[in-house]
Amino acid sequence: MIARALTFSLMLALCLAATGAQASSAWEAAVAADPVAEKRLQALSKELRCLVCQNETIADSNAELAVDLRREIRGMIHDGRSDNEIIDFMVARYGDFVLYRPPVKGVTLLLWGGPVVLLLLGLGALFAYLRRRAGRVGDTERPLSTEEARRLEALLKEPDNK
Amino acid sequence: MNRYYWILGAFAALVVLLAVGLGLNPRDIPSPLVGKPVPAFRLALLADPDKTFGPEELRGKPWLLNVWASWCVSCRQEHPLLVEFSKKLDVPLIGLNYKEVRGDGEFDMSKLPADEEKKLALQRATGWLRDHGDPYRLTAMDIDGRVGIDFGVYGVPETYVIDKDGIIRMKHTGPITPDVLTKKILPLLAELSK
Repeated sequence: MIARALTFSLMLALCLAATGAQASSAWEAAVAADPVAEKRLQALSKELRCLVCQNETIADSNAELAVDLRREIRGMIHDGRSDNEIIDFMVARYGDFVLYRPPVKGVTLLLWGGPVVLLLLGLGALFAYLRRRAGRVGDTERPLSTEEARRLEALLKEPDNK
Repeated sequence: MNRYYWILGAFAALVVLLAVGLGLNPRDIPSPLVGKPVPAFRLALLADPDKTFGPEELRGKPWLLNVWASWCVSCRQEHPLLVEFSKKLDVPLIGLNYKEVRGDGEFDMSKLPADEEKKLALQRATGWLRDHGDPYRLTAMDIDGRVGIDFGVYGVPETYVIDKDGIIRMKHTGPITPDVLTKKILPLLAELSK
C-alpha cells in the first residue's frame, strides 16, 4: 500500500516536472504546478477540437496549433478568466467547429435531430412490417376443413416405415 | 418487387449523399471573423524591425492580408501567383509572416532564446522573399503566433480580404488558385473599391 502511494506520488512528481519543463515562462510554470488549474486546462482542452488534425481534441493533439492553444488557455486561466470566457474566446476565433460538442441551433438541428428521426422511421417501418405479418399469419390460422382433418388423421396413423 | 426498388432508391440516395460529402473540403471551415472587424495588432516589420505595423493604418481602403511562412509548402505553391498579380493590384497586399522559426519544427525551441529566434526569423523570411519574389507592400512578423490565434489561423497560407472600414469580408484557407483569384477575390475587391 505504502509502495503504491509512493509510486503514485513519484509519478505525479514526474508528470509535474515534465509539464514544468515544457513551460517556457514563470507564469506558465506556476499554472502547470497548480493541480486545480491543470485540471481545468485538461477539462477545457478535451472540449476543444484541434483544427489541424480535426478528429483530435487539443488535449490529445501534438500539432503546433494545439500546443499554442493549450498555452493560450493556460494564460487565460492564469488571468482568472472563467471557463465560459475561454470557450467564447475560442469560438470567436475558430467558430463552432472548435467545439467537440456542437451547440444545438438552427444549422445543427439535422445533426442532433437526425438520429432520432432515423430511429423513429425505423421503429415505424418495423411496426408496419410486424402488423402486416401478423395479419398474414392470422389468415392461415383458420380451423381445418373436414377433408383436411381426415388427411391429417390418416397421416398421423401411418406407421413409420423406416 | 416494389420493395427492392425502395431499397435501391435509398441506396442511391446514400451514394449521392456520400459523393457530395467526399467532394467537400474538410479544411474549409467557415470563419466566424467574416463580417467582424479585423483583430487589432502591432507587429514589427520584416524590412525594418524597429518600425511596426497595425491594421488601423490602412483604414479607408480595402486591402489583402496574406499569412505565410518560409517552411509552408503550400505558400510556395501560391507565391508565383501572388508575385504576378501584385504587380497589377492597386490595393495593398500585406504579408503576415506566421511563426517563421518555431512553426518549422526543425528547431528545439527550449534551446533558442527569444532574441536569437527573432534574428533567425528575419533572416529566413528575408532570404525566402529574395529567392521567390516579394509581392508584399510590407510584411509584419508574428514570431510567436499570437496574432495568428486572433485571426483564427490554422492552416497557412491564409488570405483575408478587408474592406475600407476594417471589416473582414472574406477568408481563404489554403493556397490561392487562379480560379479563386479571378472568381472570388478580384470581383470582391472591385466591389469594395467602388
